[in-house]
Order: sequence, then C-alpha cells, then structure tokens
Amino acid sequence: MSISNETIKASLVEKFGEQLTDWQEPYGMLTFTAPKDMNLKVLQFLFDDEILRFTFLTDLQAVHYPNNTGAELAVVYHLHNLQDNIRIRLKVFTDIQQPDVFSATALYQSANFMERETYDFYGVNFTGHPNLIRILNVDEMDYFPMRKEFPLEDQTRVDKDDEMFGR
Amino acid sequence: MTDTSHILLPEGSIEKQTTTLNLGPTHPATHGVFQNILEMDGERILKATSTVGYIHRAFEKIAERRPLYQITPLTDRLNYCSSPLNNMGWHLTCEKLLGVKIPKRVEYLRIIIMELARISDHLICNSIVGVDSGAYTGFLYVMQFRELIYEIYEEVCGSRLTTNIGRIGGFERNFTNTAFEKLEKFLDPKKGYPAQLKEFENLFNRNRIFMDRTIGCGAIAADRALNYGFTGPNLRAAGVDYDVRVHTPYSSYEDFDFTIPVGKTGDCYDRFLVRNEEMWQSLSIINQAYKKVKEFKGAEAEVFHADSPAYYLPEKKDVYTKMEALIYHFKIVMGETEMPVGEVYSSIEAGNGELGFYLISDGGRTPYRLHFRRPCFIYYQAYPELIKGGMLSDAIITMSSLNLIAGELDA
Repeated sequence: MSISNETIKASLVEKFGEQLTDWQEPYGMLTFTAPKDMNLKVLQFLFDDEILRFTFLTDLQAVHYPNNTGAELAVVYHLHNLQDNIRIRLKVFTDIQQPDVFSATALYQSANFMERETYDFYGVNFTGHPNLIRILNVDEMDYFPMRKEFPLEDQTRVDKDDEMFGR
Repeated sequence: MTDTSHILLPEGSIEKQTTTLNLGPTHPATHGVFQNILEMDGERILKATSTVGYIHRAFEKIAERRPLYQITPLTDRLNYCSSPLNNMGWHLTCEKLLGVKIPKRVEYLRIIIMELARISDHLICNSIVGVDSGAYTGFLYVMQFRELIYEIYEEVCGSRLTTNIGRIGGFERNFTNTAFEKLEKFLDPKKGYPAQLKEFENLFNRNRIFMDRTIGCGAIAADRALNYGFTGPNLRAAGVDYDVRVHTPYSSYEDFDFTIPVGKTGDCYDRFLVRNEEMWQSLSIINQAYKKVKEFKGAEAEVFHADSPAYYLPEKKDVYTKMEALIYHFKIVMGETEMPVGEVYSSIEAGNGELGFYLISDGGRTPYRLHFRRPCFIYYQAYPELIKGGMLSDAIITMSSLNLIAGELDA
C-alpha cells in the first residue's frame, strides 16, 4: 500500500493535532515543524507506525537563523520510508541560549555521528546522546563555527567593499 | 584508563592484560586519514574507538560565500575517486532548485560520465581489497583502465582527478570524437574493460585464499545496516535493494534497463561481489546510453547544454558581439545571479551510496545553507561494531571493502 503526502499529514494531524505546524511541500517533499520537546515523540511515531514506517534517517543537520529571535537554531531531519519510497522533512526550532534537543540516537544508530557533527558546528546540545563531543573540528575549539556570527571573510576589510559588486 | 572489566581471562591469570594499539591516522593500510584506537587481546580486537576529522576543510562554510557554480570544485574533493558523480549530483541539485530543464542528449551524456565514474570508484575499491588481502596483481591490471577513464574525462573537461566536469545546465563543451573513440576503446568487449573485468573476476571470485580472507569478515545484518544509515553497495551487500537510481530516478535513469545486485550476508566478500556486478551493470548502462546518444540526428546531435542563459556561460564569440550575452557572462562570472528562494534536497547514487545535497536559498547569490549528506561519514559509525571480535588483519580489509574515502568523510 502506498502512502502520499496527504495521508502522512492526515495521520500526523490525527495523532498530534495542532502541535505540528508550518506544513509545506517545497519541491514535493512534505515539510513540517514540531515543538522541540516533541521531536522524539514524532520521530518515534513515524518510526513505529505500521503504515508510515519512516525507519531510515537520511540526514540530520542544523540551520542558523540569527534573526529568528527565540528560535534561532533549526534542527532538520530528513526521513525516508524505503518500502513506499517517500521522504519527509521534520524541523525543530530551538533557542540559541539553551539549545537542548532530545537525541535520536536511541532510535537511529546513524544519528550518532550526525548529531555530533551538528553539535560541533552549531552547538545544538543533544540531550541523551552517548558521546556528544566534537567530531570534525579540534577538541580545543570553543565556538561553533557554522553559526552566522562567524562570517567567512573578514568583514572589517574595506578594500573589498564595493557598491556595484557587493562584498 | 580503558575499562577492561568485560574481558574474561583464563583461570590463574595474574592481571587483565590488553594492548592498546593506535591504528592510524597516517597508516598506509588505512588508505586515508583515519585513526582507530584499538584495544587488543593478542590479535583480537576487543574495542575500537574511531577518530575522524583530520582533513576537514569546512566545505559547508565556504559554500555559504560562493555562487553555485563555484561550489562544484568543492564537491570534487568529497569522494575524489569519483568526482564526476559528485559534480553531477551538485548540478542536479542546482537544476532542481532553479527549475532548469535538461535536454535528453545531455542527460544521456551525463549518465555515460556518471557510470564511468562509478566504475572507476568501484574498481579502485575492489582492487584495494585485493591489495589488502595480499593480491597486488589485480590492482595493477585494472589501473590501466582507470587511466583510460581519466583520459575520457580529460577529453570532456580537461582535468583528471578533481574534474569540475559539467556546468549547471549541461557540459562546458560537446564531447569530441576522440572522447567517443576512447569510450569505444573502453567498451570493446574483446580488448576493453569487459575483458579486463572478466580477468579480474577470474583472479578473485573463486580464489580460495581470497574467499577465506573475506567471507564472514566485517559482516553486518540488513536491519543493523539500515539503522546505521548504510546506503549504496554496502547496504545492498547486506541484502537491501535500495538504489537511488531506481527509487528516485534522476537524469533519465528510468530509460535504462539494469538490475540492482544484492548480497546476503553483508560481509567483505559480498561487498566485493556486489561492486563487481555493479560494474557490469554500469557497462551495460553506458552501452545503452551511447547507443541512445548516437541515435540523435541533425541539430539535436549537437546539443550539449540546456537553454538557461542566466546560469550557463554564453559562448565567447557571443560575449564579444552581443550585448545580452555580455551581460549574462558578466553576471555569472561575478557571481551576481540571484537564485530563487527555496529549500531542496536532492540525492544521487554515488560510488558509496546516497550522496545528498540539502540546499537552502534565501534568494541571495550564495546558498544560505548547504549540507552534504556524505554516505561515508554516516556508515563509518558502524566500523567499530564491524571489526569487534575480529583479527587486526580483518579490520584492515573491512576498512578497504567499505570504501572509506577520507575526503568524503571529513568534508
């Protein structure tokens, strides 16, 4: 039996009601947002449900929106139902001051490195992760380099500022 | 101190004794920069702790300041054994975001290049498994055909290893006759790669020593492999027939007839066989694609890029003579083209599995966020589990049969 974006949305709304928000379908992939303390419940439901069967975690990463006060960091999960071959995207927004998000490592072994990478670059603190330490950067690093407050080029340089060509 | 309380020792032993062994990061047998701290009981591995990140080059951060076409060289350096696959995956992502429609001939040409890249990736992996098990000959046998593949790349894009092949919308130039001649030479069933691959298989497939070394070594069950996020040949060797080319066809893969080989036990031997069979399938796909390319007649036979002037560089002679072409040329070279707002996830079947690109655009000239889903990075987590309880020599062969590429892993 194949499922579609509509049936996934219907069963999620039936289970979680109004708590899931911001339903979109950019380029055909169903995307929605869950409150940050609900992420594991939603993932578990998607994993266990006999029809949905989202048992494969394709990707996990974070995005930094500095202007989105109170919810600066987004953790994005890409899930894949391999039997019916359908993908969905789940987003969880969190405050940058206290970026605690529940870890999905109990559900997916693959989340281990991916959460470590997300922690490494964005400082998302995955509660319940067995070994949340830096993975690609040096251990001594004391900041989270992918956050937008660290621009790639020195912004104080004036010789590169140009009205016509940008940067 | 490492916890050694779980180690059972024979009666009468005075104290628990294990050896801590540092494998890597620059050991020649690790084929890249991987460090594993092994806890050894004699020759047996009791525990492994992996460290990665030695060649992290901050691609995702760099990509946030670059226009789309300047990100292609970054993707070269992910899995450098099959850079064209990464390049094509990136172009396909951009084209999906921008909504560029690609002509059929370009898609078939891309498939030829992608499958050649897959062959070059798999042949390196499989021959290195041979080297690590003590059979150097196969490695030297297939090398000359990797050379030929690189010559074909060279004909198309001018470079060999880090190819930067293709552009958003197609190829930078049409395939020359020499490229097709070299392709024919490669495909020749008597003297070309098929004959060589057959010979390579004869060397290994039923070789008693090779079988003893690889069967049952580094095995993983299908459910564990899925939970660990395996994709590509490593997952298929465990018996799951997931292939992005079939599940989510891109670049007209649906026009081709090929099978997805699957293994059963997920051990090194199955991974080896799956990769070998995939090379045969790739050869068949290239043959079909080449046949289709030859069927184009007239003006269609000259098409090598899509009509997307805002992203594809105009011809140089037009730049000098036409105002519009000059403007587009200027905007593209200066990275001034704004892209549409959107977020897109696109993936291709790369040499090691599902290579995904998650691109968020806020309407600027550079991506707001770009994330690479590197298959290596995700399945490398299973490595400690795969080698636990095995011999040290099995750990080496498991690493090479997983086809771990440090460049892809560390991004």
